Amino acid sequence: MTAAPLPAACAAVLRRDLTLAWRRRGDIAMPVLYALIVATLFPFALGPEQALLQRIAGGVVLVTVLLAMLLALDAMFRSDIEDGSLEQLVLAPQPLAVLLGMKILAHWLTTALPLIVVAPLLAGMLHLPAEVIPVLLLALLLATPMLSLLGAVLVALTAGTRRSGMLLALMLLPLCVPVVIFAAGAVAAAQQGLPWLAPIAWLGAALALTLVLAPLGCAVALRIALDA
Amino acid sequence: MSDWIPLWLHKLGSPPVFYRFAGALRPWMLALALLLGAVALYGGLVLAPADYQQGDAYRIIFIHVPSAWMSLFIYGVMAVASFIALVWRIKLAEVVAMESAPVGACFTFITLVTGSLWGKPMWGTWWTWDARLTSELVLLFLYLGVIGLYHAFEDRRQGARAAAFLAIVGIINVPIVHFSVNWWNTLHQGSTVRILGPSKMSGDMLWPLLTMMAATKFYYLASLFGRIRADLLAMESGKDWVRQIAAREEAR
Repeated sequence: MTAAPLPAACAAVLRRDLTLAWRRRGDIAMPVLYALIVATLFPFALGPEQALLQRIAGGVVLVTVLLAMLLALDAMFRSDIEDGSLEQLVLAPQPLAVLLGMKILAHWLTTALPLIVVAPLLAGMLHLPAEVIPVLLLALLLATPMLSLLGAVLVALTAGTRRSGMLLALMLLPLCVPVVIFAAGAVAAAQQGLPWLAPIAWLGAALALTLVLAPLGCAVALRIALDA
Repeated sequence: MSDWIPLWLHKLGSPPVFYRFAGALRPWMLALALLLGAVALYGGLVLAPADYQQGDAYRIIFIHVPSAWMSLFIYGVMAVASFIALVWRIKLAEVVAMESAPVGACFTFITLVTGSLWGKPMWGTWWTWDARLTSELVLLFLYLGVIGLYHAFEDRRQGARAAAFLAIVGIINVPIVHFSVNWWNTLHQGSTVRILGPSKMSGDMLWPLLTMMAATKFYYLASLFGRIRADLLAMESGKDWVRQIAAREEAR
């Protein structure tokens, strides 16, 4: 039996993960619902004053999206580890990093993309000016794949452990500090009418770097976590 | 040719040999650390003149700055040991990396506490979101992440390898975090002590600082050796050499 060519294998992994996610559509809605709830709580806690909400809107939306992604991150490989399909993926003749990249892409499509879609709604609820929203979306489009990629490396590291929820948050925090700074920096600059291209460019550069390195790191981490 | 150096290093990698080696060196390291620490404290708290601007409050730097140096130095040691552990799968390197983490976390914590004690009279606030403070806090989280991941695994060696990988990811991250928070906000004073070129510090203040730096280095070694010895005994508890040590302890 000859090994399937790489593009076909990638398409198969992607199709399988998207099908699985589609069969459990309720799970896709969960992070979105969580983000909506968190964003709703802020006006209650801080008061409905428009000027204050406007000032914090960009940062609140970013942090909310980050937390919602963190919530979904834990489940990235869990069912695959439980039914043993992840081990089959490790044994596959195709490069593991590329196959894992496809899994990360599927995870991003099912968790981060819905969050980006509702982000304008969250921003609107917090009175973010309409002309800043495109910048916020651009920042999210660059920041969320980075969070998915970095998160995947950490999830792979905790694959051999049972309790990992809080640990994942602790490990992700140092890694996502630069992402949050630059994404929020771009939104804040746009809100003040300053040029916002520089932080966006930094985000793009960082995304290019993570796109190459994170799947490789994820593969190494998974091999460490699975050989027991 | 001098073949004995690599031979000696290879021998040192074996747990029983390292156990004896660390046991022999540890008291000397601890004694040196205490002696140098006492001298440095006397020099810093009594002999050094008060600062013309900050008065006596600046004296906390004799604890703060060496701790801050150690927090970064130990992270470096941990990352190098992690790299060795992952590439050559040396058991001892895993132990060195994992036992360095709690010591490093303590030094980071001391740095943060003394920094905020100093910040209250000087800046008028316990905490500020300055670049260096934030980087140090992130460093503490990195240490805690490594320790947490190590203990989350049931198998020690597997946990050590996973945590070692996290330490390597972390050391790539440290400069990125430092650069990005620098861009974000800065209040902390710049470097005063330089390795190359003259320092911007009076000699009366410099020598206690450098002595304390040596003291913290020796303390780290003493503490690390003690922890490694305990860890080796626990990890190799089924082996013959541990049984012999246990039998000798019983007989006493």
